[in-house]
Amino acid sequence: MKNAVGIVGYGAYIPRYRIKTSEVARAWGWDAEAYRKGLGIQEKSVAARDQDCITLAVEAARRAIRRGGTDPAKIGAIYIGSESHPYAVKPSGTVVSEAIGTTRWIHTADLEFACKAGTEAMYLCSRLIEAGAAECALAIGSDTAQGAPGDPLEFATAAGAAAFIFGREGVVATMDASLSYTSDTPDFWRREEERFPRHGGRFTGEPGYFHHTMTAARRLLEQTGLKVGDFAHAIFHQPNGKFPVRAGQMLGFSKEQCRAGLLSPRIGNVYSGSSPLGLCAVLDAAKPGQKIFMVSYGSGAGSDGFVFTVTDRINEVRGRAPTVEEILSQPTVHLDYTRYARFRSKIAREED
Amino acid sequence: MRDVAIIGIGMTRFGELWEISLRDLMVEACLKAIADAGVDHVDSMYVGCMSSGLFVEQEHLASLASDFLGLGPIPATRVESACASGGLAVRSAFIEVASGLSDIVLAMGVEKMTDLAGDACTAALATAADQDYESFHGVTFPGLYAMIARAHMERYGTTSEQLAATAVKNHANGALNPLAQFRNRITIADVLDSIMVADPLHILDCSPVSDGAAAAILCPLDLAKKIAKKAPVRIAGVGHATDSLALYRRADLTRLPAVERSAQIALQMAKRKPADLHLAEVHDCFTIAEVCVIEELSLVPRGQGGDAARSGLTARDGRSPVNTSGGLKSKGHPVGATGVAQIHEVVTQLRGEAGERQVRNARIGLTQNMGGSGGSSVVHVLEAI
Amino acid sequence: MSTVRVWRERRQRLLNEVAQCKGCGKMHYPPRQVCDGCRGREFETKPMAQSGKVLTYTVIRVAPPAFAQDVPYVVAVIEMDDTTRLTAQVADVAPEEMKMGMKVRLEFRKIRSEGRTGVIVYAHKAVPA
Repeated sequence: MKNAVGIVGYGAYIPRYRIKTSEVARAWGWDAEAYRKGLGIQEKSVAARDQDCITLAVEAARRAIRRGGTDPAKIGAIYIGSESHPYAVKPSGTVVSEAIGTTRWIHTADLEFACKAGTEAMYLCSRLIEAGAAECALAIGSDTAQGAPGDPLEFATAAGAAAFIFGREGVVATMDASLSYTSDTPDFWRREEERFPRHGGRFTGEPGYFHHTMTAARRLLEQTGLKVGDFAHAIFHQPNGKFPVRAGQMLGFSKEQCRAGLLSPRIGNVYSGSSPLGLCAVLDAAKPGQKIFMVSYGSGAGSDGFVFTVTDRINEVRGRAPTVEEILSQPTVHLDYTRYARFRSKIAREED
Repeated sequence: MRDVAIIGIGMTRFGELWEISLRDLMVEACLKAIADAGVDHVDSMYVGCMSSGLFVEQEHLASLASDFLGLGPIPATRVESACASGGLAVRSAFIEVASGLSDIVLAMGVEKMTDLAGDACTAALATAADQDYESFHGVTFPGLYAMIARAHMERYGTTSEQLAATAVKNHANGALNPLAQFRNRITIADVLDSIMVADPLHILDCSPVSDGAAAAILCPLDLAKKIAKKAPVRIAGVGHATDSLALYRRADLTRLPAVERSAQIALQMAKRKPADLHLAEVHDCFTIAEVCVIEELSLVPRGQGGDAARSGLTARDGRSPVNTSGGLKSKGHPVGATGVAQIHEVVTQLRGEAGERQVRNARIGLTQNMGGSGGSSVVHVLEAI
Repeated sequence: MSTVRVWRERRQRLLNEVAQCKGCGKMHYPPRQVCDGCRGREFETKPMAQSGKVLTYTVIRVAPPAFAQDVPYVVAVIEMDDTTRLTAQVADVAPEEMKMGMKVRLEFRKIRSEGRTGVIVYAHKAVPA
């Protein structure tokens, strides 16, 4: 009887830079207080010029390896989900694999599915382990998301990464169920040669986020036969500070159940890292035996759902790498809009 | 080894010489030196140049020079040691004469830097550092010396004012040098108010980007006494030493061991002590470099180089004149030419031809030419006969 | 910048690999074939220590083309806890916050790229520990 598949190690990375909602509003002459209240986001994390999806992924992956005590040579696959892969051709996973010291005998692929590309990686890794195709598999959701200048998306598009090592040995949280729900819903997209995404405004709400999140969530409950009350923690995708709260309410979860995994008010929407970072924060706080409910959302559109049960081993590994709270309590640097625009290459010196 | 003398020197003006090409710089300096020596032929020549390939896309310089000088099919050799290329050319010529292989050897240094715009010029100069482990990270030349400056300030209390005083002294000397790039006097406030390039070095702590060439004719001392038009100057000592290329590998970041060693070798050969020197031309690529070099030359106790300029010790009329030419800061620093230009100044002084810059009773002088952040150093000790 | 040259040094850049001399114990970054401490030829390769301190630093305000968008930035000579020395930028710190002897650790960062179309070059920078 084989051990259950689950998360063996996890790691988070969030850059130190922030820009406040009020500063973005000031730059464009908008009502700062209205936006802050309406979105439920105080400030968002910003990647520096020397950071990208790959650098964040490497740091998160290294932390996951430390936590799991994993030998990188045992990693058989790396999947990285992002909407900001630095290359259109040349997978982020090749750099990450060399930087964490895996062997060359790995399978790697870059994934994209708007904000659920990270949970896509998790889905694939768990299946790979189940199939016996690898001893360990690394799933990363990493983004340095971009909104066009003057698009209200700029309030939320943030940066960060979360990494999970899946395996059967030394599991800290078993994956008891998973599913994926997909439709063709053009609520948010970015064409191949374009730098910034376009979106359908309010269309991203009901037909996008809520339809897919709720459908996947209800099916997950049916499939597992579990009730909302059986879970200690619930995590949803966090495009702002409001949607995940409403989703939790609609399903019947309490504020307390949703508290640990809700990060968007403090860091914005980390896209492929959004619900995965929420999961890291939950694992930082969860006790052995607790169940975790997680449903992501990616525009385009789809939702991945997971149920985890925390094992005794969580207490052993938690302290081996910085927790999300430890990361968030490091000193941050607040940017004005000009510096933010330079960091994100929205303005730049003329190059030769 | 035979005794070697310098019987002729020549130099172009240093500066932004837009109209003068690399080959014309070489020809001008060499023709002046040949005329100064009064020789009608040369047996061999050495050219010191750091980066003609990057600056003007021209290599094979030695052949180009001997060709355009009409010197005939003589052996011509390019030598390179970053900013010490000129000094290395002189040392190489010395060896060829001292060994008896040749009698009359021309040593020339040249650099043509101003065809490249600022950014590209900085990148070319960065090739003197460790490309893959220093320049790779975006550290520039001023950056490397700035790090030395900060370490020196931390350990010895050297101040920005003291560094500025070094530049002020050198400009005061350069003002009296008709061939210098900058002939304006500056003040300490001018330096401290000037734009910061790499903390704590301001732009006026840094030698400029320049074009120029300098040349010298060497021959055996015995021959010099017969044929020289002007009083020959003997090369009494030559020293050359290397150290780790990269700054980060050095045990003590305030020290330049290659300078200390090359000076010790040269002085030992010359049977002289630092206190015997009447003047020195040292490699002030940045003000901090002069401060550190005079410590390595034992002109001041270790750690006390900072105050040498401000106290007047190294002034033209001080006890230990340094850089009467104006130094690299004021005279200019066409990288490969500098080492030979230093020789030009000391020879001029030892001949008593330095006019308003003349150091009284100058009979023994030293030149110190450095590559990169101290990866190489070439020292010559010269004596009037 | 030649992508081949960058690729060739990948173990030093991506993994911070050093070579420790088996004769005298001196740490070499990058690894080399002859120890400049004892002229030994035998080494053990390993990753360098994770943390260290700043020995000296500067703030670059006039930069070469590849770094022009980043000014001002801090560059330092760093000594790691295992005595390895290296030069690296110091990130996530304001120039006025820099101190001699500051404790740092290494973090994976983008160093440069050839404009918008060239290969991206990764290595490590120091960050305040």
